[in-house]
Amino acid sequence: MASPHGAPPVFNNKVIAWIDHRLPIFSYIEKEYHTFPTPRNFNYFWNFGAIATVMLVLMIATGIVLATNYTPHVLMAFDSVERIDRDVPQGWLIRDLHMNGASFFFIAVYVHIFRGMYYGSYKAPRELLWILGVVIFLLMMATAFMGYVLPWGQMSFWGATVITNLFSAIPVVGQSVVDWLWGGFSVDNPTLNRFFALHYLLPFVIVGVVGLHVVALHVHGSNNPLGIDPKGPQDTVPFHPYYTMKDGFGVIAFMVVFAVFVFFLPDYMGHPDNYIPANPLVTPAHIVPEWYFLPFYAILRAVPDKLGGVLGMFGAIAVLFLLPWLDTSRVRSCTFRPIYKWFMLVLVADVVILGFCGANPPEGFWVPLSRVATLYYFFHFIILLPILGKIERPLPLPSSIADAVLKKKVG
Amino acid sequence: MVATGSLAAIGAVATAWPFINNLNPAADTLALSTIEVNVAPIAVGQAVTVKWRGKPVFIRHRTPDEIAKAKAVKLSELPDPETDAARVTDANKKVRPEWLVLVGVCTHLGCVPLGNKSGDQRGEFGGWFCPCHGSAYDTSGRIRKGPAPKNLEVPQFVFATDTLVRIG
Amino acid sequence: MRKLLVSGALALSVLAAGAVAIAAEKEVHPPHKHWHFQGPFGTYDRAAAQRGFQVYKEVCAACHSLRMLSYRNLVDLGLTEAQVKGIAAEAQIADLNDDGAPVDRPGKLSDPFKRPYANDAAAAAANGGKAPPDLSVIVKAREGGADYIHALLTGYVPFEKLTPAQIKEFEVTKDDNYNTYFPGHKIAMPAPLVDGKVTYVDGTKTTVEQMSSDVTEFLAWASEPHLEDRNRTGVRVILFLLVLAGMMYAVKRQVWADKH
Repeated sequence: MASPHGAPPVFNNKVIAWIDHRLPIFSYIEKEYHTFPTPRNFNYFWNFGAIATVMLVLMIATGIVLATNYTPHVLMAFDSVERIDRDVPQGWLIRDLHMNGASFFFIAVYVHIFRGMYYGSYKAPRELLWILGVVIFLLMMATAFMGYVLPWGQMSFWGATVITNLFSAIPVVGQSVVDWLWGGFSVDNPTLNRFFALHYLLPFVIVGVVGLHVVALHVHGSNNPLGIDPKGPQDTVPFHPYYTMKDGFGVIAFMVVFAVFVFFLPDYMGHPDNYIPANPLVTPAHIVPEWYFLPFYAILRAVPDKLGGVLGMFGAIAVLFLLPWLDTSRVRSCTFRPIYKWFMLVLVADVVILGFCGANPPEGFWVPLSRVATLYYFFHFIILLPILGKIERPLPLPSSIADAVLKKKVG
Repeated sequence: MVATGSLAAIGAVATAWPFINNLNPAADTLALSTIEVNVAPIAVGQAVTVKWRGKPVFIRHRTPDEIAKAKAVKLSELPDPETDAARVTDANKKVRPEWLVLVGVCTHLGCVPLGNKSGDQRGEFGGWFCPCHGSAYDTSGRIRKGPAPKNLEVPQFVFATDTLVRIG
Repeated sequence: MRKLLVSGALALSVLAAGAVAIAAEKEVHPPHKHWHFQGPFGTYDRAAAQRGFQVYKEVCAACHSLRMLSYRNLVDLGLTEAQVKGIAAEAQIADLNDDGAPVDRPGKLSDPFKRPYANDAAAAAANGGKAPPDLSVIVKAREGGADYIHALLTGYVPFEKLTPAQIKEFEVTKDDNYNTYFPGHKIAMPAPLVDGKVTYVDGTKTTVEQMSSDVTEFLAWASEPHLEDRNRTGVRVILFLLVLAGMMYAVKRQVWADKH
């Protein structure tokens, strides 16, 4: 196997050499995770891809074990989760890991997305890499939503009802689509069964898309904080041991924070109402999705029209697919974009505000705030980004990564 | 670096344990792993089947004739030699030959032998007969003929009172 | 132009942050009490929880089920197996006999707590249309947790003591139960505790405050019996991870030494 990065590796171990000659997995690992030339100037934001991968694996592992004790039936789902918590040996631990793991997976992915946006990692030639990432994000949202239904508490039931009802906004066929999603005339046992089946399936689809994401990443290699391409070996280091060790440290540091929540604040991210068994006749006073959906939920409610709200919500994600083409700047990294840098932070603030809007009841002051924040969100992507790319004068780019690193050390 | 590697390895192993342990029997399952059976209503010569840990348990009130037959067998004739007395001794070393407690699962491939209900076929040794592959057990539940390698298992049991037997 | 854009962006974020800050809500928050089970080293106060169980059994259990718990769980509360067997045997559990006929038999360790009503509909019918909630996870199922449960149990105000303004605002009548901490204040449950309602074997005075605090401790335990295990494991795991993180950082520094 010819390698663009150098001569194919030679294995001294005969067994490894024998296998590799027939199935080049060892060459692959050697090439993609050992000698792989990686920009030498990553900051800690670049840890979050590895962290997200670890969280994905953790979610699948805990999920499989939980599935061995969970019963997807409306009469037994809530009790079977409580049984996992109470009677299954260390069931509480696995459940707490899974429950909080979802939140921390999203935290890792949101930081990862922010990093991609701030440093322009979506720009040519990494457009497909970015799009695959958005696909992963969508799949994660679907998986998380269906997973939240499984404990069959009040929030599970009403969250499922509200979100599936979004599709009733589709003209003409809306209600038929919703009935098809439900497998009945309300969220009920068939819905729970299919959500469980899909909740088990989608993570493996995510693994597949993550594979493609990594393949796409390794074609042109990683972007870096300067947003300029490496020009030679002086700009890069081999992936191992430099970034394996740095990622290892990053993962463990992230796990410390994760463990604090798992062991000392296990229900902090959840909602008390989900400890009330689902009751199709009583809706809780405030129904809110999990925190990672709040900004999108706020956009849904900000639009005073059913179809409009749904389109707004899906549009907020759809616009991410177009990001590589909406951004007209020729410079990748915000480090060299003196104006856009600030607007990037404003966007973060805007999304946080949307999150607060989503968490609060749609009344009084929250209504106009969520509308302004929603308009700003779309303004950022559709108007600001294309125009700013044209009028902004970027700072001079350094001649090479090594150059910038050395200068920083002196200065 | 070696120390870090070993510590990480310890962490990985420790993390694996809850995942494995999760599949062990849960507390509610363990709570049902002991049952108490009132044997007072079982007449001499009759037997009952109770469910214990998801399996049938045979409790037979043996007739003097059945006891005598079980005692008379020479150990050398048995494929799995065991005295009748040993099989009717409870956990407190109390011997009550009239009560025989057995796990009703054939030691060949796990079928439930016939012979516990009146009218059942009991095989040529008057105990139990497995319809799957023809193993025949005697009045002590010991294997006498057929492919089964071992005697019917005697579960841990104890007479809490004269008429109350605790199994498990 | 550029300066204008930057200052615009800054102004926007400041405005937005201010807006979020203003929107702090006003609600009646239950007063905070320090519970024995709080914090990373928290454990349940067994004596209080056992007294709380007595309150549950003699007062709450008349209407509220505790269906996720089994009698065997009481052993973890510090009662002896013989005591728990006695408690279980007092309950008449509906079962089927060998012939399939419904019978009542004495409870066993493995039985779930006997429910006061056969089903939710019967519970609702006997309580003016609303079934009293099951208490198995009540501490986790209410905003404010243990503080809220304790505040609710001690938060009743007799009709005579209400101000005319309160009566008017919440449309309270003599037949209503007014509770300071219940959302909307009118609660279907009449004040369940009065001084001296139960008699503790350990001689603790049975004030409403004491009984409420004890039963809350018990219900907190019922909601999360593995809390102590969770805390213990957590302290160990986090210490381990901190050491590992430190060592990983050292390794990372060592690896990168020639590049910095």
